[in-house]
Amino acid sequence: MKPVAFDYVRPASISEACRLLAADDGARIIAGGQTLIPLLAMRLARPARLVDIARIPELAFIRDDADGVRIGSMTRQCVAERDATAARKLPLLAKALPWVGHPPTRQRGTIGGSIANGDPAAEIPLVAVTLEAVITVQDAVGIAEIAAGEFYLGPMITALADDGIVTEVRFPAWDSGRVGTGFHEISARSSDFAFVAAAAQVALDAGGCCTALAVGIGGAGDTPVRLEALSEALVGSHLGETEVRDAVAAACSDLETADDLHASAAYRKRVAATLARRAILDARDEAVGGRHAG
Amino acid sequence: MRVDLHVNGGTVGVDVEPRCTLLDCLRDEIGLKGTHAGCEHGVCGACTILVDGEPARSCLMLAVQADGHTLTTIEGLSPGPGELSVLQDAFCEAHGLQCGYCTPGMILAAHALLARTLAPTRADIVAAISGNLCRCTGYGQIIEAIALAAERLRGANVGMGGTRR
Amino acid sequence: MSEPTAFKYVSHKRRVREDRRFVSGQAVFVSDIAPPGTRHAAVLTSPYACARIVSIDASEALAMPGVLAVVDGRELAAATNSLLIGVDAPLVKRYPMAAGRARYAGEWVAVVVAQSRALAEDAREKIRVAYEELPYVLDAEAAYRPDSIPVHPEHGSNVLLDRRFVWGDVDGAFAAAPHTMSYRVKWGRSATVPIETFGVVASWDPWREMLDVWASIQMPKFADQIARALRMPMSGVRVHQDVDVGGSYGVKRGIKHTVLAGFLARRLGCPVKLIEDRLENMRGGDMHGPERVFDVELAFDDAGLVHAMRMRAIDNVGAYAGRSPLQLGKPVGAIVGPYRIEAVAYHAIAVTSNKTPQEAVRGFGQAPTNYAIETGMDRVAEALGLDRLEVRRRNFIRADEFPYLIPSGTTYDSGDYHAVVAKTVRHAGWESLLAERDRLRASGRLAGIGIASCLEPSGANSSFEPLLNPKNTTTTWMESCRIMVDALGAITLTIHTTSAGQGHETLAATAAGEALDLDPDRIRVVRATSLESLPSNSPVGSRMAIMLGGAAYHAGHKVRDKLVAIAAHQWGVAPTNLRYRNGGVEDPNDGRALEWMDLVLIAHRHYHLMPPGMEPGIAVSHILQVPTGGGLPTPDGRIQMYPCFSFEFHLVLLSIDPEIGKPEIHRYVVGHDCGTVINPDIVRGMTLGGIAHGLGAALLEEFVFDGEGQLLTQSFMDYLLPSANEVPQVEIVHHVTPSPHTVFGQKGSGESGYLGAPAAISGAINDAVRPLGIRFESLPIRISAIGDAIAAATEGQP
Repeated sequence: MKPVAFDYVRPASISEACRLLAADDGARIIAGGQTLIPLLAMRLARPARLVDIARIPELAFIRDDADGVRIGSMTRQCVAERDATAARKLPLLAKALPWVGHPPTRQRGTIGGSIANGDPAAEIPLVAVTLEAVITVQDAVGIAEIAAGEFYLGPMITALADDGIVTEVRFPAWDSGRVGTGFHEISARSSDFAFVAAAAQVALDAGGCCTALAVGIGGAGDTPVRLEALSEALVGSHLGETEVRDAVAAACSDLETADDLHASAAYRKRVAATLARRAILDARDEAVGGRHAG
Repeated sequence: MRVDLHVNGGTVGVDVEPRCTLLDCLRDEIGLKGTHAGCEHGVCGACTILVDGEPARSCLMLAVQADGHTLTTIEGLSPGPGELSVLQDAFCEAHGLQCGYCTPGMILAAHALLARTLAPTRADIVAAISGNLCRCTGYGQIIEAIALAAERLRGANVGMGGTRR
Repeated sequence: MSEPTAFKYVSHKRRVREDRRFVSGQAVFVSDIAPPGTRHAAVLTSPYACARIVSIDASEALAMPGVLAVVDGRELAAATNSLLIGVDAPLVKRYPMAAGRARYAGEWVAVVVAQSRALAEDAREKIRVAYEELPYVLDAEAAYRPDSIPVHPEHGSNVLLDRRFVWGDVDGAFAAAPHTMSYRVKWGRSATVPIETFGVVASWDPWREMLDVWASIQMPKFADQIARALRMPMSGVRVHQDVDVGGSYGVKRGIKHTVLAGFLARRLGCPVKLIEDRLENMRGGDMHGPERVFDVELAFDDAGLVHAMRMRAIDNVGAYAGRSPLQLGKPVGAIVGPYRIEAVAYHAIAVTSNKTPQEAVRGFGQAPTNYAIETGMDRVAEALGLDRLEVRRRNFIRADEFPYLIPSGTTYDSGDYHAVVAKTVRHAGWESLLAERDRLRASGRLAGIGIASCLEPSGANSSFEPLLNPKNTTTTWMESCRIMVDALGAITLTIHTTSAGQGHETLAATAAGEALDLDPDRIRVVRATSLESLPSNSPVGSRMAIMLGGAAYHAGHKVRDKLVAIAAHQWGVAPTNLRYRNGGVEDPNDGRALEWMDLVLIAHRHYHLMPPGMEPGIAVSHILQVPTGGGLPTPDGRIQMYPCFSFEFHLVLLSIDPEIGKPEIHRYVVGHDCGTVINPDIVRGMTLGGIAHGLGAALLEEFVFDGEGQLLTQSFMDYLLPSANEVPQVEIVHHVTPSPHTVFGQKGSGESGYLGAPAAISGAINDAVRPLGIRFESLPIRISAIGDAIAAATEGQP
């Protein structure tokens, strides 16, 4: 399982990387390599040139600013996992990261790589979609921001142009109320790609009333999806078990799910609802337990 | 392409194609055969080495990406010719292996764990080796070996050492 | 091990000496070997389940840099003999590469040899093959029908084996029985999938006319088969048996790889290295395991005693067969399991299909058969409302009934199944297991306890060969050991086969040390190449503790006897008057003694002091025939098969979140009796590893084909091997019922755990879901299937 032959170049800046991509149809980014290299080994990816962005300093950062927490695309997953700012301000991402691959793959894998790959069963895209993150892409022509909800178009199919680079992801941080998160995932083995996963973040006011709620489902269909209807249905409630169950059932009733050799479409649909309910209730319990935003 | 790799405390210059994985480079260019190919697509962990002290799959790195990092293979754990580190010896004492093919990767994953903590719980050990597949042992005696090594290192009041930096 | 032992070294804790080289990265696996000038091979595979190969155009490939040659199946078939098949089907010919017709997706069609593996893969892509797709058959029952498309038209049908056995008055027992039942279970296609793929390096020396072979091999008669295929004398094939093998558990038979590499080495005049990558291994390495459907009928009475069984087993062997169909025959030697079933009818069917061929997998068919039998025991209990443990106890052969002759002609050597069960149940705390199960149920989970009581036939008297193929009258199953004491008194023991992690060096040294009353660590162990080897039959069928242990022990005794004879000659007394101890000989009558070095010196240098007619030096060998072996089957298909029968008893407590369907194992206890244990750490490791294999077969692993014969589970992303997260902690309860047939009372344990775990885990799931009226009857049992079944059963319930 040896890759096809390719050139390798290591640009020193983002703009140089974009130029290289624009100049050659056969050029492709390599970041952490944890997803790309297996594709190279199986010759499913056949680039003429790999553009290694791993050491472009402008791409590795975690910054807390007014709009949220901005994570540079080359930030290694293990770095994000250990980062205090991310833990404090992006508790849902912090909860999801230990589910991503295995420790050795998080050592090399990047936040941007997972975002750009767009695997419907991947945890980081799920969190991005759930929290309505904004993905910044850059190519030789310019810079654009794409909402996560519009970034994922199909399995491994994203709005990223062939010669574009994801440079950062901005996750909104919830600043008010008591914030809690929940994350559940089912797979055949721990650390496999999920059959189905659910991510939830809630904010409660002092009286325990829900002021904000975000829920996303991954692994079920062609892309991760945010269950918009749930936010409408449950904001303003106390997230009692019955009302959560009913709202989740309604929101998932027309969820499109995939059938494959690991799990049936019916299983994914049914368990998506189960996991969403559990994630919301976990988030509620965590919020009630006194975790404050900020 | 020429690249200088820092392996087991020394520096080796190699000239490899960009498509050459770090695994193949270690084995074929540098002659370190202790790191093994099990799947070449990043699942089995037989190719595990330490990159800057942390486990990484060498089949999921290109040799040309590895310059500037500190690389440790199984050969780098033995204190000297014919000598075993405490961890290696614990694997022998507990028979934490059978065919030996997954063993180098397993030991390196354990080494990184014990460099972080000398009092790992069973769950910590399982998490540390969760990315290393073994078909011979059912993991039981591997976990015991790592726990034994931790106990001995705690008792010896020395750090992990063992890797030539 | 806390039980007292009669032995000085056997049964005591001893480090496995092989471990040293593995923990330091100093082992030598086949991929580590590259003689000067080695070139690398990559195979091109058929994309179709069945196709005529119209043309192969390698011109573009040959023009690529670093490419030495491209060879296709036609050339190879003309130059080699077809590979051996275990059943009588001479028109089912198999060559390393397809000649004219490809019969499964993944079959090798051509091979490229180049300066590097990467260059070979580059060139491989440039080979243009024109195929004409042909009809194919994938399902075993469809393949069995007379009107099905034969995979091998020359053979005329897809039936490789179709044999009925009737042992005892089966019909009468069914007629007389108060109850009968029938059921079907399916064992999905999986395999033991070692982490190291198969690989071979072959090198031809035209000056010495010698083919050197290094391979990751576990194969009886490997050099024999290479020589036959390549039309060479066996003395021209030198298999290097000191290659470390990265796991095999049956499957590493690589004969097609080796014949291909050997052919290429001779044709091209350079060493050729063929290492399967994982995709080649999964799809075209021909190492899949049984894919078997069992239809079973049981005749039983009100007490739950099973008096007769009818079993029909049909196995989907794939497009070609080596020994794989014989995996229907091995279970004949334990066809009633540990039970006193008086009459059995067995119908064994092996069919070809356009799927990847099978190979021997750990247990050689016993694990699927145990799954079928244990399912029946649970069903009998369920039908009568009896406790499952109690039904087994009532059916067990009793300790005082051994040796016990089963209807198919095999005698079980020894056992005490009741004692093992009692011990295990006591250790596990049966009442507390039930209480824990009930507590889990009360908490809203589905929970169940699985039970499996199974035999592990060991010793590999492989008389299923003549049983299933009357033209094969092989009855010799041997193992050898040579011991030499050199002129300076050091001991070197030679073994004559490869090993894949079983600790044979330590095993042999321990057995020899016991015989010599000397510390096994004093005994160096080396391996001969096939040219210097005494006869061996490889580590298969859980045989090496019995056979290598036995041969080493006997060889050690021969050394001991020689030393005693030399001493006796010095003193003019009968050898029987003397005592041997710690390598020296003493005369108890007057205290005179000769030490080890005294005796060694006489043997090597002082011919004038030697007993008349005794050979100088100290070099002995022992070639051991398998105990109870040497017979051919009776006309009605009765035969003594394996000599020794280990016993395992699994207890599994698991629970399932009914909304999710994922089984979680809370407790796993196994009682294990393999007679005298030579090395406790080795045996324990085997059992734990076997259980992990069994868990994979029960819950995770399957080679899944689509409707067009394409393997969907081609990589480790889809073929799921259990990690440390999935394998529970296992408690082993040990018992020793020695075998009367072996030197220490040892039985085999190489297949332990795997033979019973699938049945136990499946049984636990079924116990958990039974209150919902659900029953799973095939393996693997996937989370999604469990979840969907629970949802369907509880539909409409609050």
